[in-house]
Amino acid sequence: MRLEILLPLMLLPPLAGAALNGILGRRFSQGLVSLIACGCAGLSMLVALLTAWIYSAAGTSLEPFAHRYFTWIEAGDLTVAGALYYDRLTLIMTLTVTVVAFLIHLYSRGYMEHEGGYYRFFCYLNLFLFMMLTLVTAANYPLMFVGWEGVGLCSYLLIGFYFRRQSASDAGKKAFIVTRIGDAGFTVGVALLFWTFHSLDFETLFARIGALAPGELQGTLTAIGLLMFLGAAGKSAQLPLYVWLPDAMEGPTPVSALIHAATMVTAGVYLVARSSILFAHAPQALAVVGAVGCLTAIFAATIALTQNDLKRMLAYSTISQLGYMFLGCGAGVFAAGIFHLMTHAFFKSLLFLAAGSVMHAMSGELDMRKMGGLRHKLKITHATFLIATLAISGVPLFAGFFSKDEILAGAYEGPLGRPWLFWVGTFTAGLTAFYMFRGLCLTFWGESRVEPETARHLHESSSKMTAPLMVLAFFSIVAGYVSWPRALGGGEAFDQYLEPVFAPAQQALSYSHGSGAEGVSTGVLMGLSVLAALIGIGIALWWYAKATEIPGKLARQFHAVYEILVHKYYVDEFYNWLIVHPLGALSEKFLWRVVDEGAIDNVLVNGTGRASAGVGGVLRRIQSGNIRSYAAWVLLGAVAWLWFVVATH
Amino acid sequence: MVPLSHYLGLSAVLFVLGAAGFILRRNIITVFMCIELMLNGANLAFMAFSRFLGKLDGQLFVFFVIVVAAAEAAVGLAIIIALHRNRESLDIEDVDSMKL
Repeated sequence: MRLEILLPLMLLPPLAGAALNGILGRRFSQGLVSLIACGCAGLSMLVALLTAWIYSAAGTSLEPFAHRYFTWIEAGDLTVAGALYYDRLTLIMTLTVTVVAFLIHLYSRGYMEHEGGYYRFFCYLNLFLFMMLTLVTAANYPLMFVGWEGVGLCSYLLIGFYFRRQSASDAGKKAFIVTRIGDAGFTVGVALLFWTFHSLDFETLFARIGALAPGELQGTLTAIGLLMFLGAAGKSAQLPLYVWLPDAMEGPTPVSALIHAATMVTAGVYLVARSSILFAHAPQALAVVGAVGCLTAIFAATIALTQNDLKRMLAYSTISQLGYMFLGCGAGVFAAGIFHLMTHAFFKSLLFLAAGSVMHAMSGELDMRKMGGLRHKLKITHATFLIATLAISGVPLFAGFFSKDEILAGAYEGPLGRPWLFWVGTFTAGLTAFYMFRGLCLTFWGESRVEPETARHLHESSSKMTAPLMVLAFFSIVAGYVSWPRALGGGEAFDQYLEPVFAPAQQALSYSHGSGAEGVSTGVLMGLSVLAALIGIGIALWWYAKATEIPGKLARQFHAVYEILVHKYYVDEFYNWLIVHPLGALSEKFLWRVVDEGAIDNVLVNGTGRASAGVGGVLRRIQSGNIRSYAAWVLLGAVAWLWFVVATH
Repeated sequence: MVPLSHYLGLSAVLFVLGAAGFILRRNIITVFMCIELMLNGANLAFMAFSRFLGKLDGQLFVFFVIVVAAAEAAVGLAIIIALHRNRESLDIEDVDSMKL
């Protein structure tokens, strides 16, 4: 099986599924709709596995595979092909995306059973999968941007799935508009890239960038890097463009799991990783990436500490973990960032799906203050949630530990590593462990605070929903084993695997930066991060499982701090004041009333009418019906003509 | 010989009188007579030029004008009769319904 046939074969089934369900789905039974959707997703996954196997077996998996299918744009200097690209990074991404997407499709069969718009949901979900796969297999920036925009569109459609609810439709708009700001940066960056290098095709472009001397074209490359990171910050919810992600929880929970945990939000990380050679030649931009990622991580973690809504807490957790991924890339250890992307996809989607299971059992309630003691009724959900929590907290032997540890080690001793990045990252790891266990305790352990009405309906979810949970739990444990840390005697196979992809970038970075801080062994760093996690877990268990009156007392004592955190640092209010209201006022009072109603409607459109009517009103007095006046006009005309003829001779 | 300018002057006078009468008079029949007067003024001019240039083209054209005048008079009088039947009036001010 040739790769150039397999790649489209991976992309097209979800598109076909979306088309089929979208156009004819209304007449299908729920069973048929889910068969088509899950079937296409599953087919995609199988092809992805097959592609991975064939690519690896060929023995040339050190070389990327690219194939042009057709010429898409041809305008002067610019030639963009419809072309797909496959290398080891693509392999990792496609496998992660298709496996998680397939599991979530299966889960949705159960979850969406009693919601409305079943076929519409699966149509959008399939479409999303197609767009995401296009994004990761594109061989040039414009095609990647097609996927980029496509996933943004699907995100909007799915966040606003319950469009009759005002908050949901507002959230969809907010997501799309905020990411648009990032997209503008991305577009300008791509334009600048073309202007400088005259190509947008990955292979050509990366070769040209790689051929630059260290320090050459610094200003331009840094600008491009920063602009592209702006796009990534929008899509992957980093400071300052993260505000859409918590609101995106209005969408159905499988959407939160797939799009806003595992796949779409990782597109930004993929962009940075794919453009590693570019960032390697623009270390200042890369340093910004790392710093922003680190700051976002701690910022979001502090907000997650006080959230009472289960999904919102997970949303801030996602923002924080994405910050980690950017920290990894920003410190120069791109492979670590991608490793965390992969493990995070598994345990975060598991967390969300489990939250969905809880939501189902709680008849839609998400306030953790009204939960408690659920582990007795929701055994499987609890077990899988616990596994995922252990993973995200960085407890050794679970997946998150391996990936997070690699990032923190890189933050200290990577090419652009700095000690402060490590310390802040480690502290955030402690915070992460704390708020995740807080969530676990509040939801599943302790005394039940569930209202009697809701408690009557508490039940474990059907196997349609729990089976994917168990599969994801399995991955949340084993996915980390692909890269056993050097400190514990392993060979970090994952990093080795991605070596060919990131080698040019690593080389370029080592010219300019060697390695980061030294002097502390990796083992000590690992110990510190584990310590932070254990302290976080310990405090959480103490405050939420044993002495449960402490959080309340602390909240009252440090009232101001608590209020700021609960209100998410008032960022939304700030943005509203700074941008939304002024724009709204400008749009309504000036652009609408003055320009649209006044200038265009009144002056141009109605004015033309009034002018015509006026002139016509004057001219029609010639037609008076009075024959003598007609005769007079004819005479006048004849005289004028005669005069004209005589005078010009 | 009577100079050409005299002929042309007379022709002009006839024409202007006809035009003035056409605009100023009220009775439809009088208006028609003024039309004939204008035509005859033109005829006179044609004849004078024909005589003084020694060519027959002018006189030939006068024939055409006379024929047209006759036909037009016939049609016009028919219109007047029809109008009179409907309005009982020969005042041109009363024929004013072709207006906006």
